[in-house]
Amino acid sequence: MRDLAADIVKQALAAGATGAECTISEGDEFSANVRMRELETLKEAGSRGVGLRILVGKRTGSAYTSDFTTEGIHLMVRQAMELAEVTTEDPHLGLPDPAELGSLEGDLSLYCGEVAQVETPFKIDLAKQAEAAALDADRRITNSEGASCDTNLSRNVFANSLGFTGEYRSSSCSLSAVPVACEGASMERDYWFTLARSFTGLEKPADIGRIAAERAVRRLGAVKVQTQKVPVVFEPRTARSLLGNIFEAVHGESIYRHASFLAGKLGEKVASEKLTVIDDGTIPGLFGTSPFDDEGVPTRRTVVIERGVLKTYLVNTYTARKLGMKTTGNAARGITGNAGIGHGNFYMERGSKSPEEILKAIPNGFYVTELMGFGINIVTGDYSRGATGLWIRNGELAFPVSEVTIAGNLSNMLNDLEFIGSDLEFRGSTAAPTLCIGEMTVGGR
Amino acid sequence: MGLSDSFFASRFNITERDLERYLDEALSRGGDYADLYFEYLATSAISMDESIVKSATQGVSLGIGVRVIAGERTGYAYSDDLSPEKILKAAKVAACIAEGPSQVEKTPLQEGPRRNLYPVIVAPTDTAFSDRVELVKRADKFARAYDPRVFQVQATYADSLRHVMVATSDGVLNFDRQPMARLNVRALARQEGGPPQSGHSGGGGRVGLEFFLNEKTPEHFATEAARQAIVQLNAIEAPAGELTVVLGPGWRGILLHEAVGHGLEADFNRKGTSAFSGRVGQQVASPLCTVVDDGTIRNRRGSLNLDDEGSVTQRNVLIENGILRGYLQDKLSSRIMGSPQTGSGRRESYAHIPMPRMTNTFLMPGESDPTDIIRSVSKGLYCANFGGGQVDITSGNFVFSASESYLIEDGHLTRPVRNATLIGNGPEALRHVSMVGNNLELDEGMGVCGKEGQSVPVGVGMPTIKIDKMTVGGTA
Repeated sequence: MRDLAADIVKQALAAGATGAECTISEGDEFSANVRMRELETLKEAGSRGVGLRILVGKRTGSAYTSDFTTEGIHLMVRQAMELAEVTTEDPHLGLPDPAELGSLEGDLSLYCGEVAQVETPFKIDLAKQAEAAALDADRRITNSEGASCDTNLSRNVFANSLGFTGEYRSSSCSLSAVPVACEGASMERDYWFTLARSFTGLEKPADIGRIAAERAVRRLGAVKVQTQKVPVVFEPRTARSLLGNIFEAVHGESIYRHASFLAGKLGEKVASEKLTVIDDGTIPGLFGTSPFDDEGVPTRRTVVIERGVLKTYLVNTYTARKLGMKTTGNAARGITGNAGIGHGNFYMERGSKSPEEILKAIPNGFYVTELMGFGINIVTGDYSRGATGLWIRNGELAFPVSEVTIAGNLSNMLNDLEFIGSDLEFRGSTAAPTLCIGEMTVGGR
Repeated sequence: MGLSDSFFASRFNITERDLERYLDEALSRGGDYADLYFEYLATSAISMDESIVKSATQGVSLGIGVRVIAGERTGYAYSDDLSPEKILKAAKVAACIAEGPSQVEKTPLQEGPRRNLYPVIVAPTDTAFSDRVELVKRADKFARAYDPRVFQVQATYADSLRHVMVATSDGVLNFDRQPMARLNVRALARQEGGPPQSGHSGGGGRVGLEFFLNEKTPEHFATEAARQAIVQLNAIEAPAGELTVVLGPGWRGILLHEAVGHGLEADFNRKGTSAFSGRVGQQVASPLCTVVDDGTIRNRRGSLNLDDEGSVTQRNVLIENGILRGYLQDKLSSRIMGSPQTGSGRRESYAHIPMPRMTNTFLMPGESDPTDIIRSVSKGLYCANFGGGQVDITSGNFVFSASESYLIEDGHLTRPVRNATLIGNGPEALRHVSMVGNNLELDEGMGVCGKEGQSVPVGVGMPTIKIDKMTVGGTA
């Protein structure tokens, strides 16, 4: 595979390109879904694709194919070359500086061969156990959207015309359950999941089912509250989405276009000094980890916000040149096209208070367990989303709430972070502990 | 056109005997039904940013998906290699869902009726790249010229041509050629000292390049994106709480897509997990509301000659004068529920299992004059443009974000307000529809619907409507 990628780069140079990058990805997916204790769906397949991006001076073109025959590859090279005729010269275009290329040494624990060997009946059984635990957890769990056990194995290869070739394999397996709770006219669903590089890293199916069931049941009989301004607590699952908003706001492309409320704020205080946000693509075993980014630059640990001060944006080679920076090793792309920007393990440093202590300090507030919709404007920071959760009364979770909105402005919200919890855990490539924002508008009756 | 002149026969030498052999293999371990979905997809995309054509890409992906249904169980496998060995291997894997000897009698393959809802002579993917690049250049230039306060413009153009062939064990053999094109423009504006604001517009459909030359030009989308960004410069904070809301026509029909459309997809209803489960025949909306899902409208983004299970698409009345009439069915759900098919089985690609989906979903026009609708509101919100929406099928709660809206005061539109999310409950919200305009409009063709990780193109439409009570998520 590495040889094929390097050869495609050579073919591009032979066809007249002055630079080239080739990505090959190969994957095997498996999914078993059970519903109401019966097997419902089995899916299994493998696929692969190859993408090429070429440079002709300061112009670029890209193409991709799933046809790995000699003719298929030739066609892809021709198509990429053809497109360099229609793009415009861009002075910032180019490959990374050769000195920046490289790959992390050592075992990053991204791949566990055992995942490929586990038999289908075992995986079906895990899903059955998780769903059964949900169905048996409470008499109000009367239905289910099912439970599934999924695995993925993939191989990523990257080569460029500066002589870089790199390859890594990764594995993942996950188990999730989606029970439905019902009481009177109220019907609610919720979910829980576990994700790991190997089966031994998964949490117990019984716990996944039980937690999913508890989450669904506690939503029953939800009411709409009066419109009011109150402290809002994000549990880790919803706090993670706020972290996603911060990522979009420090994304190099949003910065050079002035399309982020954090553009031009480097070195300034943009959040409460309780907040430290880190991007780290080097932590072994985690889902945001890789030995190199999608331009062949090693991943690293980058402090993005340190005690409330914006330290850097996250950039690839192109946006770094636009902004007068050096790449932070955050290039990301699909199979083809110019590199975009992605994050490694993007997380918020934990605070000192437990979630219970945070709740205890709030006489009247809203604890958000699910967010809906796309009402976030990164340009202005305006934030308005649908929310579901529990009302906090005298420091305790008192009753379920739904069909309300929460609104504010991300810039104000980050400065108004009152508490950051100690309950940080990674369930995917972004992670945040429980957070409390001093005041937001809850829109209801 | 028969199989022998079809794209897959001429390109990959696939014969009817091959198809029979693959279906036999899929049913070799039992099962009630099997199908094959062949797909060849060519795409291209061009993007312009800072008046530079920064990226252009094109490519091809192809593959086959094999599905076997046994009772309520589904086995699925796919291959991105169309060689007989790989297809047989996929069929063997999908067959594992069934146990025991084959039970069904296969129906001999027969080609279905043919029609063409998108008679595009030259597919957009087959036009000169220079012509396509010209579209983004024109959009960029025009958006910048619209107002000196516009300082950033991104214009992207994307097209695709999909060839599909479906062969099923119940005898369906169907082909389709599905073109698609879309142009999007995003503009940022700012005035001295103030923060930037953004505007967005886009559209297209199952059309050729001439659509952007004759019907909806790059200048049209550019003007709209720039206008929205400029309007936002003077917007005030949105109100919070329950208000009377008037929704403008066209793309605002996303309300129906979220509030009722998803909840009426049969998979949720056969499982009893939708807020609309078991409600056929009941009043679920105001008598002014008749909601239709129609996959047969010429050249529309959500239209299909046949769905992704080879069934012919049709016009389905979901809600008639407020009464729930039926669900959107795919083959699996219609078998289990014993309901007629509605041609609603769709999938993102050969690597995905079909499920019931919407096509073009809209509300039929009423009798009110749109200006009378606004005039009837003493205090409320007029939503002129939406961003995306989302729904929780089980509770029925749905949201959408109003990207351009205005306060209504004493029957007149006054100040523009900033982005706000609106939230409601599906079976509840449409009961509060008190006026429906006579101005049905379909959207301009930019909708993408996501469900269980699969994205498909859709259309929506609506006349102006008034909803007496809805929660608006502002801060004021």
